[in-house]
Amino acid sequence: MNVAQRAAIVEVMPQVPTANAETEGPVRARVIDLSFYYSDKQALHGVNFLVYDRQVTAIIGPSGCGKSTLLRAFNRMHDLYPDNRYEGQVILYPEEINIVSPQVDPMLVRLKIGMVFQKPNPFPKSIYDNVAAGLWVRGIRKKTLVDERVEQALTQAALWGEVKDRLKTSAYGLSGGQQQRLCIARALAPDPEMLLLDEPTSALDPIATARIEELVTELASVVTIVIVTHNMQQAARISNYTAFMHLGQMVEFHKTAIMFTNPSDRRTQDYITGRFG
Amino acid sequence: MTNSADAIKAEKIDEQSLVKKANRQDLRFAIIGFIVLLVTMFILLALIADFMRVGIPRISVDFLTNYPSRKPEQAGILSAWVGTSLVMFTTAAVAVPIGVAAGIYLEEYSPKNWMTDIIEINVTNLAGVPSIIYGLLALGLFVYTLRLGQTVLVAGLTLALLILPIIIVATREALRSIPIEMREAAYGIGADKWQVVSMYLLPTARPGILTGAIVGMSRAIGETAPIITIGALAFIAFLPPSPVQETFPFLNFEWLHSPFTVMPIQMFNWISRPQAGFHVAAAATGVILLMMTLLMNGLAIYIRYRIRRRT
Repeated sequence: MNVAQRAAIVEVMPQVPTANAETEGPVRARVIDLSFYYSDKQALHGVNFLVYDRQVTAIIGPSGCGKSTLLRAFNRMHDLYPDNRYEGQVILYPEEINIVSPQVDPMLVRLKIGMVFQKPNPFPKSIYDNVAAGLWVRGIRKKTLVDERVEQALTQAALWGEVKDRLKTSAYGLSGGQQQRLCIARALAPDPEMLLLDEPTSALDPIATARIEELVTELASVVTIVIVTHNMQQAARISNYTAFMHLGQMVEFHKTAIMFTNPSDRRTQDYITGRFG
Repeated sequence: MTNSADAIKAEKIDEQSLVKKANRQDLRFAIIGFIVLLVTMFILLALIADFMRVGIPRISVDFLTNYPSRKPEQAGILSAWVGTSLVMFTTAAVAVPIGVAAGIYLEEYSPKNWMTDIIEINVTNLAGVPSIIYGLLALGLFVYTLRLGQTVLVAGLTLALLILPIIIVATREALRSIPIEMREAAYGIGADKWQVVSMYLLPTARPGILTGAIVGMSRAIGETAPIITIGALAFIAFLPPSPVQETFPFLNFEWLHSPFTVMPIQMFNWISRPQAGFHVAAAATGVILLMMTLLMNGLAIYIRYRIRRRT
């Protein structure tokens, strides 16, 4: 990125009240004026915010505000369906590539950024095969390395103890909460630069939810996490930064502590105090 | 904690080259797929084009309104296309209701035990039985045992038997592909089994069922072997009685008991004659038969499109 581009970014950033970029530690991704269209319908309107390295960034907002749309833009899930269109930039560091640019292959983006979806979606294969899938896709086939990494990823996902004696059994035999942790392990195995979580606990019970939350907090030391959640308490509990979205716009982006104690926008205040949404 | 992650890093995954390799693979497969498609389409189109080149000049109003004749120039397919239409109507009227009902029963009502399993395996296998076997069955059952004669009714029943498995399997597939959530939603509002099936499942499954019915009918329209086996005539110089009449009750089902011929038999008969004129007539019949099939498929696509737009 050259000086002019940097200047352009600095110029657009103040449109949204944000945490100060340069004093908060290394930035992993910078979203600049991102708009998104489902054919004619505009779902994101010029979104700006930052994703800090090895921090948990939560995106909150009422239903239909575009938070999932924003998250899915990060690994180009929208490219799977026709007539979808991005405008603006999402710069990923340290490579400094614009991951929503049509010139950047979606596959390249997905090799760098992992995703966990709302409903647990393990493959109809064994637990081992599920976790190893991402490694095989990347051409890593050395048995010892794959074995080691599968164990590591399952340990990171706090699932190893429960499944180590049945790695070769079907993933469908696991409970919902276990399946979701398996999906997290699957995303972690290839050591991604960033992990996207799209309401990962909305289909789970409180105990499973608590385990996933604990897990997210621990994982923040190894990987950058962006999580979409419906649940404000969850955002307050597990995130370092919070972004509040409303009607496709980024209303406010702050450190979580500031966001929940001293929000600067009226809408943020109304939402987090439960007056709407 | 991070040692194997480091090992992964040490593997030096070259993402750019992975992407390049993937793109090359995609391109290679797309090219091969396109060529294969071209070859198949070309063979089919060449066949149809050849057919049409020979056949189309022969098609005229006379060709459609004349009975077969000993003189190739005067021969027509009136009795054949009327026969085909009546037989297909009978087939559809018998096979679609029974097939759909059987599919619904097997998928939604039948208890899941070994009996149902055996029925299921048999139904699936029946779809692969050679059509001449159905002809022999019909000859023994309908013609000799039940003494129904060599009539439109028997031909319709025979072809209905032939396509029943196709319709049953299509119905079951269509019902099975409906998400379980829709059943739960319907039962959840207190609907009984029949209401669930008739109000929610059948409308959703309709496009799939319709496709199955059309695939079956398209197969039936071209079948020759079973019709010959039950003894259809190749030379018929009269029409079955009209289904509509001027006096009460206006509908007349005498045509069901009339002897008949169908277009594939007419073609088969003409092809085996030595005169070149009859070969041209056979090609022309083929064109008409093809057009009838296309018309049927077109109608199905149109209906399916209408259904999709409404939901």
